[in-house]
Amino acid sequence: MRLAKTSGIAARLLSVLITLFGISVFIFIVLRVIPGDTITGSLGIETGVLTPEQIDDLKRYYGIDKPLLLQYFSWITSFLSGDLGFAYSTGVSVLTLTGSSLPVTIELALFGTISGVIMGIAIGMFSAKKPGSARDFFGQLFGLLALAIPGFVLSTAIVTIMANKFGYFPNGYEYMTPWEDLWMNLQQMLFPSIVLGIAVAAPVMRTTRSALLETVDKDFIRTAFGKGLKSRTVQFRHVLRNSLIPIVTMTGIQFGYLLGGAVIVEKIFALPGMGRQILDAINKREYATVQSSVMIFAILFVTINLVTDIIYRRIDPRIK
Amino acid sequence: MSKPLIEVKNLTIETAEDSRTLVNDISFEVFPGEAVGVVGESGSGKTLTALSILGLLPRGVVARSGEINYSDSNLLTASEEYRRSIRGNQISMIYQDPMTALNPVMKLGKQLFEVLEAHDLLDSEAPQRVFNAFKEVGIPEPDRALVSYPHEFSGGMRQRVMIAMAMILSPKLLIADEPTTALDVTIQQQILALVSEQRRKTGMSMLWITHDLGVVANLVDRVIVMYAGRIVEVGTLKEIFTNPQHPYTHGLLASLPKSHVKSRERLMAIPGVPPKPWLVENSCAFSPRCTRATTECFNETPSLKLNDFTKAACFHEIGTSQ
Amino acid sequence: MTTKKQEKTWVHYYFKSTSGVVGAVLVLLMMIISICAAFGWTTHDPLAQNPMDALQGPSSTYWFGTDQFGRDVFSRAMDGMRRSMTVSIVAVGIAGFIGVSLGVLGGFLGKWLDGFVVRLSDVIFAFPAILLALAIVNSLGNSWIDTSLAIAIVYTPIFIRVARGPVLTIKELDYVKSVRVLGFSSPRILMSHVLPNVLAPILVQIALSMSWAILTESGLSFLGLGTQPPDASLGLMVSEAQPMAAFAWWTLVAPSAFITLVVVGLNLVGDGLRDSLDPARRQS
Repeated sequence: MRLAKTSGIAARLLSVLITLFGISVFIFIVLRVIPGDTITGSLGIETGVLTPEQIDDLKRYYGIDKPLLLQYFSWITSFLSGDLGFAYSTGVSVLTLTGSSLPVTIELALFGTISGVIMGIAIGMFSAKKPGSARDFFGQLFGLLALAIPGFVLSTAIVTIMANKFGYFPNGYEYMTPWEDLWMNLQQMLFPSIVLGIAVAAPVMRTTRSALLETVDKDFIRTAFGKGLKSRTVQFRHVLRNSLIPIVTMTGIQFGYLLGGAVIVEKIFALPGMGRQILDAINKREYATVQSSVMIFAILFVTINLVTDIIYRRIDPRIK
Repeated sequence: MSKPLIEVKNLTIETAEDSRTLVNDISFEVFPGEAVGVVGESGSGKTLTALSILGLLPRGVVARSGEINYSDSNLLTASEEYRRSIRGNQISMIYQDPMTALNPVMKLGKQLFEVLEAHDLLDSEAPQRVFNAFKEVGIPEPDRALVSYPHEFSGGMRQRVMIAMAMILSPKLLIADEPTTALDVTIQQQILALVSEQRRKTGMSMLWITHDLGVVANLVDRVIVMYAGRIVEVGTLKEIFTNPQHPYTHGLLASLPKSHVKSRERLMAIPGVPPKPWLVENSCAFSPRCTRATTECFNETPSLKLNDFTKAACFHEIGTSQ
Repeated sequence: MTTKKQEKTWVHYYFKSTSGVVGAVLVLLMMIISICAAFGWTTHDPLAQNPMDALQGPSSTYWFGTDQFGRDVFSRAMDGMRRSMTVSIVAVGIAGFIGVSLGVLGGFLGKWLDGFVVRLSDVIFAFPAILLALAIVNSLGNSWIDTSLAIAIVYTPIFIRVARGPVLTIKELDYVKSVRVLGFSSPRILMSHVLPNVLAPILVQIALSMSWAILTESGLSFLGLGTQPPDASLGLMVSEAQPMAAFAWWTLVAPSAFITLVVVGLNLVGDGLRDSLDPARRQS
């Protein structure tokens, strides 16, 4: 039994590693191969700032003068040994940059996911109680609108109303980490978390609603009522609990998605997170930053999926 | 004649939206200490009848009229809180498929604790009660069962757990909806024996739903035969088996494999299928398949009349069978 | 095998659902608007500036008012819708074609091709759409073709998955196995047995992917990585509207409403298709 379980985990880890390898190749291809000489092209733009020696250094770092395959290997080995390159406009290493930007994105993603899941489950339960009724219609309408109204529209609306009309806009001030100024930090997280939360709530609500409706018709729910349990107990302890698995899976996916999908929200609300780091790097043509940051992000995403997978195997005792 | 434990009067069950009749104006009684078998094919309305007693009708189905009288209350009009207090406590039910009827992600012990919890009996004695309940139904290693999940047990064991769950508060009435249909024949026998034993010990009443007349042979005192949403015959076990008056009952008996008869004789099936109850409200539902049918049968519904042997709903009774 | 009679039935079921009809109407409306814009049949020239009429509210001349340069917001929104719709159709067309081909071939032929196809999907799935589209657009450029290509790459895996699933199931069906043993050529089996069953989920996915494509495209142009000013694109209009929205709400509402309506419409169509094409889900 033990042996089978360990080899199961090992097999999945191997699979994950192969995927990560594939990801690194993919990123490399997308960012390097397609444009060809853009790196040297952009280096040309910045030439005024850099000395010829620095330019040569960078060329060597990128491995531009080497054949493509070697370029990939030199990048991947550097990456794995912790050298993520550096942003040559500021000279700061990508590792340091990420060290301060990643926590911001994670905090944002956490708040967004938690608020979204709570909203989604609540509305899903509300809707599922009387399927086909008016409340169900409104619940589903919410789900549809939450999905259809783009995050940037919602964010712009909030900025317009809150900042321009009411004059309340904590995100207009310099960003504060939770350790510097907790209260300010929370306020700055408020609006972006709401926007992301709404985006998360839509699929969570859908999943919750359909899982609940499916579970409610199951025989063991009838047994639960037949024992004399109160309706509330049955709803939470039997119906919801058994619907959790798809909800947990969906939550994991959403959290992972938020890490990268928060790009737009980070920009609008001036949060110095990973998404904005990538965006800025793209605009400034800092390829090393983009490449390494995107790779880090992909690793995170894959890890989160793995963790979600493990969690739901623990929740469901039927899976051994 | 003692007072019945539970009295069903003129019960009619319909679909909620379009009022299609599923159970048509049935009445029967179950007396204290008595076991009654309800026999019928699928679609006869027997399961719905059972579910309506505890108010467990599925979505889209309602008990439109009639009474279900228990302990001076009409369960159909009583408060939900009252009905809840009876479930699992004074009236319990066990179901056909023990795999789907148990919560797959909850430990078995907890599922029994819940019965106690629902009726405010969760105290320091509870674990012992649950343990005893498992022992009582013949589950080996009850302490292991307490922390196991349904999928770790076999079908027969799961059914025993369900019985333990239903019996833990010593109900006055146990409703059993085909609990042995999904089990192997040998396990079936064990379960039947277990239930009979429990009944003998506690003196509880039983309402046993089945499609198989043979199953109730050693189990019940009286038999109710249902067809297409109506009761077509009622009688004691002996009367039904020796002198069935309704052609359908007669057909049911004839289709039972008889162990004492040489195997060369073929099993007799009744040709045709039962009609939907809402399509046959003004005639004898069985007439299309009946060898004795006359014009009368197609145009009027026969009511349950007392005959020499049983109460049957037929215009032509069979009389003594050979 | 889909006979004429069967096809009539699913359409019949589709129109029975109100939401499906509403969705279809919305999508049709937006398509008409896009086509009109493509032919230049807009209320005003989307690029024409009338500085004297700047920032006016909705009126009979300017149906959705004017922006800071006096350009007609409604016409610009129409033009923006045309761009978004074009990108969406092209991107989903490419993604659908490649994705379904890979998915069907991989699922049917199995072995290393299938393994490769699945890996490829996993790799692309590892990125959220926006991020990946960002990265690709960054390499390719800003034109609508580049955007379409980027979105196509991002949404190919979902078509692979949607097409591959039914193929795997059908492959295992006894009657398909026996037909293969009898020596029927694989392409023939594919055409007559496999493809009809894959069609339904693909149609649904097309509708859904188009809605996501529009959201992604407008997101990209919001970030300045799509259509460049002075051309009109819905995302760009939203970003340009921000400073003025507090006193010129129409500049924000028009593009937002267009995006929302078309996305709602496409989702409703997708749901309606899903419900009417799957016999198990139909309400009788």
